[in-house]
Amino acid sequence: MIAQLASRLLQAIPVLLVVGFLSFAIFTYVGDPVSIMLGQNATPAMRIAMRHALGLDQPFLVQYWRFMARAIHFNFGLSYRLALPVSQLLLQRLPATTELVMTSAVLALAVGLPLGVYTGIRPNGFVSRSIMAGSLVGVSLPTFLLGILLILFFSVLLGWLPSFGRGHVVDFAHWSTGFLTVSGLRSLILPSITLGLFQMTLIMRLVRTEMLEVLRSDYIKFARARGLAPRVIYFGHALRNTLVPVITIVGLQIGGLIGFSIVTETVFQWPGMGLLLVQSIQNADIPVMSAYLLLIAVVFVVINLIVDILYYVVDPRLRVGR
Amino acid sequence: MSAAMRAPAGEHAALLEVRDLRVEFPTRRGVLRALDGVGFTIARGEVLGVVGESGAGKSLTGAAIIGLLEPPGRIAGGEIRLDGTRIDNLPQRAMRQVRGKRIGAIFQDPLTTLNPLLSIGRQLIETIRTHLPLSEGEARERAIRWLEEVGIPAARQRIDAYPHEFSGGMRQRVVIALALCAEPELVVADEPTTALDVSIQAQIIALLKRLAAEHGTAVMLVTHDMGVIAETCDRVAVMYAGRIAEIGPVREVVKHPSHPYTVGLMGSIPALDRKVARLTQIDGAMPRLSAIPSGCAFNPRCPKAMAVCREAKPELRPAGATLAACHLYGAAHV
Ligand SMILES: Nc1ncnc2c1ncn2[C@@H]1O[C@H](COP(=O)(O)OP(=O)(O)OP(=O)(O)O)[C@@H](O)[C@H]1O
Ligand code: SF4
Ligand SMILES: [Mg+2]
Repeated sequence: MIAQLASRLLQAIPVLLVVGFLSFAIFTYVGDPVSIMLGQNATPAMRIAMRHALGLDQPFLVQYWRFMARAIHFNFGLSYRLALPVSQLLLQRLPATTELVMTSAVLALAVGLPLGVYTGIRPNGFVSRSIMAGSLVGVSLPTFLLGILLILFFSVLLGWLPSFGRGHVVDFAHWSTGFLTVSGLRSLILPSITLGLFQMTLIMRLVRTEMLEVLRSDYIKFARARGLAPRVIYFGHALRNTLVPVITIVGLQIGGLIGFSIVTETVFQWPGMGLLLVQSIQNADIPVMSAYLLLIAVVFVVINLIVDILYYVVDPRLRVGR
Repeated sequence: MSAAMRAPAGEHAALLEVRDLRVEFPTRRGVLRALDGVGFTIARGEVLGVVGESGAGKSLTGAAIIGLLEPPGRIAGGEIRLDGTRIDNLPQRAMRQVRGKRIGAIFQDPLTTLNPLLSIGRQLIETIRTHLPLSEGEARERAIRWLEEVGIPAARQRIDAYPHEFSGGMRQRVVIALALCAEPELVVADEPTTALDVSIQAQIIALLKRLAAEHGTAVMLVTHDMGVIAETCDRVAVMYAGRIAEIGPVREVVKHPSHPYTVGLMGSIPALDRKVARLTQIDGAMPRLSAIPSGCAFNPRCPKAMAVCREAKPELRPAGATLAACHLYGAAHV
């Protein structure tokens, strides 16, 4: 298993190199960092000096190499817009996005999984049919629209929940958390529902389909024939067998959550990395964009690795050398 | 033997008594009657073989007995008694205490009947603890003993292995252990060797036969293998189109069959002790459920068909040393 994970890690290296290349290409060739930094009125001499200072006169491969070497040390240069280190900006925004994405993922799993099991066990019941019909809304409603509707209803009309920001946060070293204050938690509710609803319905429908499939299998029939209790059959036998595809999808969906967090953070003015990215795009703040891209690639690689580990945990057939 | 044969006489002589069992499938084009008046008994410790062409209703009979007909299939009539008590109309919860504990089941394909994600020990222990008041440790010891009994080598070391780590034959041994570990009085074995390599089929049947004899377990053994029937069973029931055509002691049914369908079946078998893989079919095919002929369902294929055969359904009646459902034996009642 260790060997397989190591080989997975090795496979991740080319992926990161390619994304790093894209990120580097954006960094170097999109826009003109020199004129952005010096403004329109700079003399040619100033421009040449600046190009040299930034290393832009070096050969292509050298520039790429330096970019990656700096990236490994989490050094992405200065933001054009804020003149602060990009790494510092990202680190500041990391907790907000992480907490939002994690809350949404937990919400999607904690609601989607039980609903999927329930509708899989009783596919023809009235409740199941209602849930399935309702889930179509979750699948088809675009994230931004859902966010706006929730704000309209719960913030504007009812005034129950805040419509933007993270509320009060508490700082621990470099991490600022909204989990520890009432206003922080209240602020989390609408954005995490907005972000998580689509994934929740997706997980629910997936678990339902898998449950229906597994419940028809011979080993479930045999478990019934041995007189095992329904609870044991549904959760001990059936649900476990639905987990491999569910883990795959959830892993992919966490990537999706990060993607959609850009929209959600914009709608709710949530001070995370997604909002930072949008602001950076609006201001052609290239270093931030390229660093974000690379960071997300790393996150995906890590998620895939976790998914692989979970496969081994769940399915003994994948474990080798027993 | 002959007492057990004459079913309704001594009601408590039989461990299992199936009477006039009807199983139906409601469909859009009307109700299909898949089992139509099936009746037989199995005595304690007795091995009853069940043969018949594909689609005759063998598996459905087994499923009805263990209470696991798949919806929309349902028992539409008749009754099933275990040790004198009706079990066909038990509530789910009560039926769960019968399944596994009093009636075990063995299915066809051991590659798919074991849960791939749970160790065989886990599956045994949870089955044992469902039915017997044992601690985890005691159940584990019992599981190991059962694995030894069914011939898993190094059972103590292998109890935590997963199904995929065993061969097909070994897996079927595990399945047998699972079916017997709570010591049921009856086991329904539906073609337990059909999916296995020919070279190990005999071993598995011998194992089943030995364990059933040692534990006094009655067996309903569905098989296509007349050799297995001859070697293993006390009595045999021949099914045709959802009914029992003939039932009686193995030797009699094989050597002196009464029902024309059985005669046809046995005609293709050279000798009692020879293995014949499959029942060769008689001219024609068994009718589909939607087009079962009136009267005796066998009449379009029967060389001895008479006028009455197209009008009245024959009931099981004594015919020589067996019971046969055929108008050739006894007067036809209208
Ligand atoms: N879900 C169902 N819906 C409709 N008809 C069914 C259904 N399940 C079984 N049947 C019918 O019931 C009849 C008996 O089926 P059964 O499985 O008991 O046959 P069998 O004797 O076990 O055959 P085989 O030797 O192939 O296992 C068949 O004609 C089959 O088509
Ligand atoms: S009842 Fe008639 S048709 Fe049916 S098996 Fe007997 S003789 Fe043949
Ligand atoms: Mg069958």
